[in-house]
Amino acid sequence: MIPSQALDALAAAVGPEWLKTDQAELATFASDGLPTHVSRPGAAVIPGCRDEVLRVLRILHHFQIPFVARGAGTGLSGGALARSDSVLVVLTRLTRILEIDATNRRAVVEPGVVNARLSTAAEPFGLHYAPDPSSQSACTIGGNVAENAGGPHCLKYGVTSNHVLALEVALPNGELVQLGSSGGESWGPDLVGLFVGSEGTFGLATAITVRLTPIPKAVRTLLADFAALRAAAEAVTSIIAEGFVPAALEIMDANCIAIVEASVYAAGYPTDAGAVLLIELDGMDEGAVASEANEVEALLASGGARNVLVASDPERRERLWQGRKKAFGALGRIGSDLVVQDAVVPRSRLPDVLEQIGAIGKRHRLSICNVFHAGDGNLHPNISFDGSQPGLSDRVQRASAEIMHTCIAAGGTITGEHGVGSDKLRYMPLVFTADTLGMMRRIRRVFDPHELANPGKVLPAHSCREP
Amino acid sequence: MTIAARIRALIGDDGLAEPDAVGTPRAVPASDAECALILRTAHAQRWRVRIEGCGSWMPPDAPAHLVLSTRRLTGIVDLNPADMVVTVRAGTKWDELRTLLANEGTWVPLDPPGAGRSVGSVVACATAGPLRTGFGTIRDQLLGQTLLTADGRVVQTGGRVVKNAAGYDITKLAAGSFGAFGLITSVHLRLRAVPRADLTLVARGDRDELLNGARAVLESGFIPAALEVISPRAGQADHWVLAVRVVGSDVAVAAERDAITAASGLTLERYGATRAAGFWQETLAGITAAPTTLRLGTLTSSLDDALDTIAHYLDGNCEDWISVNVLAGVVRWSGSADAGQLRLIRGIAAQREMPVTLERAPWPVRSELGHFGAYRDSVGRIVHSLWKAFDPQGTFSVPLGDQS
Repeated sequence: MIPSQALDALAAAVGPEWLKTDQAELATFASDGLPTHVSRPGAAVIPGCRDEVLRVLRILHHFQIPFVARGAGTGLSGGALARSDSVLVVLTRLTRILEIDATNRRAVVEPGVVNARLSTAAEPFGLHYAPDPSSQSACTIGGNVAENAGGPHCLKYGVTSNHVLALEVALPNGELVQLGSSGGESWGPDLVGLFVGSEGTFGLATAITVRLTPIPKAVRTLLADFAALRAAAEAVTSIIAEGFVPAALEIMDANCIAIVEASVYAAGYPTDAGAVLLIELDGMDEGAVASEANEVEALLASGGARNVLVASDPERRERLWQGRKKAFGALGRIGSDLVVQDAVVPRSRLPDVLEQIGAIGKRHRLSICNVFHAGDGNLHPNISFDGSQPGLSDRVQRASAEIMHTCIAAGGTITGEHGVGSDKLRYMPLVFTADTLGMMRRIRRVFDPHELANPGKVLPAHSCREP
Repeated sequence: MTIAARIRALIGDDGLAEPDAVGTPRAVPASDAECALILRTAHAQRWRVRIEGCGSWMPPDAPAHLVLSTRRLTGIVDLNPADMVVTVRAGTKWDELRTLLANEGTWVPLDPPGAGRSVGSVVACATAGPLRTGFGTIRDQLLGQTLLTADGRVVQTGGRVVKNAAGYDITKLAAGSFGAFGLITSVHLRLRAVPRADLTLVARGDRDELLNGARAVLESGFIPAALEVISPRAGQADHWVLAVRVVGSDVAVAAERDAITAASGLTLERYGATRAAGFWQETLAGITAAPTTLRLGTLTSSLDDALDTIAHYLDGNCEDWISVNVLAGVVRWSGSADAGQLRLIRGIAAQREMPVTLERAPWPVRSELGHFGAYRDSVGRIVHSLWKAFDPQGTFSVPLGDQS
């Protein structure tokens, strides 16, 4: 499907070994972290530096070949999938940390730098990169920028867009532009804010300047278990209302606890609990954090928690976190297919929405596991299943759509941190008017007039009304 | 039919208020639908429209066929303290919003300079104050908005949720674009609980000594709510002032106070609540005493250079209103300067990778200079194309900047 002249030019631009056209090799790029979506690209090209990225984009622009950028392939929206008429531009060789400027608390990285590696590199300076998606040991900063990724600690520290100061961007025509400024002050309208979360449809970030945050000197992790999921959700609202801003507020429901505890990732969570609530409090002063932990513990007890475990040393804290961090891994072991949702609802609606999700699961005879960022109201109802069973995939899809409609009806939105990709495309008209979608399409064309970059993602073309 | 008569016919007698100082008719719509009706008509008739809030920040002097005032687009649309989100209409005064939220035990951690401003003005101009240190700018508090484009289309982005990755972030694009991308009629803002303790510490001294003290505070790892080095004019003092604001629980604030005092190496005076509130209010209100305000961004480590540049080109006698956000690396200057001086400093700053935003100025100055400029690469072309995508006819009388 990709013209041979274009393939020859790409091979010359990056070296033949970094152009993949063999179908068996391309199969490894056919899905991201969401196994329900599969699409094999026409070719995959793996540039080794910024100049090669620019050369690749100019070739693709010349031949008017669509392309899709890909980092580690850990995305959960089918956003990094390319059709057979498209070329996948894989950025995993751009892995240099270009600068760590401890004085100004910033770092400049290439897009293929793995999220956790940046924090490791910044640690000697007493700093870290705060956004911490669950896949942080594998996902790349470039992918985080594309999706505006979040993570458990984004409740206090914010999502990716709160931490990106400036971007060097290769536009789809192969032109290089600098957005923002090195200190983070906007240079003109907020193009950095616009680019973050644009899911690779405006171009590729080739260098990313991010904010680094001091590593907290004191941390307390609390694990509260509740007889009912509703009580855990209500405890979240009361903690926020009392003025606490925990670093993280995470809930796992009974189904999820059972799956985690039956796996190699067992963390000792009580299997008779309706839900566990994981809370992390941090700060720069030991006494202040200890005092807050005492207050939150009392609040949890008065809110119906059966037990509250408090850990301050790293090993015990790590153990309490283990089940949460490995929950997706545990889910992946019980079924060949997994639907991961990412809707967000106003925090106060969590108790009702969770009950409705439970009812949807029962109605469709599906086991739904909830493991989510409760402090943000960011739900992750997951359905693990075997897609080869007749009729099961359809049931899962119907249940997923009902869950999404329930969240939207509660005043929520369709994605909090995974992005729209191809997975949530059909839901976009439910949260945006045709005029709003039309304006988004016009914005897209400013960066990419021929709509070559990640075509068919984010915006459902038939729903966009333009003047 | 005159424009005034046309407005009256469109939205009734209540929709037309007194004309401005030069006789331009002033529409005062009360709903998004009325705003859309006016803008559709303006677009069709090729009128130029000036958006106006309370008239206390940007001089109401942009030439236009019609003034569109947000003064009747007021009030809180929705506030549920449990969600920590408020939806408020753009014409609401920021101070009124603050009072209403305080009654519910909540606040938006943002202290925009100026006085008597509307919510729409604060968002459209993205004027964060000293609290930027601890809480970020308006972009970090803004969860969504309703924006009316120049031809009256309603664009709604974001929502009443604190996390949102659906679609392109038009909310951030419009915030800080001075109304060039459209009329903001309402916004969703993230709230926090009012902190239990709120402390202001102040030191006076030499500029460089205070800057060094502020940097030493940051090296301690603590990030105060505000850490501002303020010129004598801005601080109504004989010397430069370092003002530190710490908020949180009683225990946390006490710990932070001790750590900051030790780290700064300065004598920090503790202000009582009334004195602290008065100090911040007077400092921030004083910004509009001079006609022109600009914001210059740099790195924390380059602030001395930025201040020297401003002193050299704009403030030779060191008499102007200046406030330095040390962590954000932002210098805000308010004084008098002509377009030539401002163009010069924008060009020189750009060479040092320091963007300069013209936040407010009389029309002759801002129309000549634009709010933004001296872009790198082809960013100017992108901005211009985006602007034209939202407002192809230049309906809104906003000098966003040229393509250079």
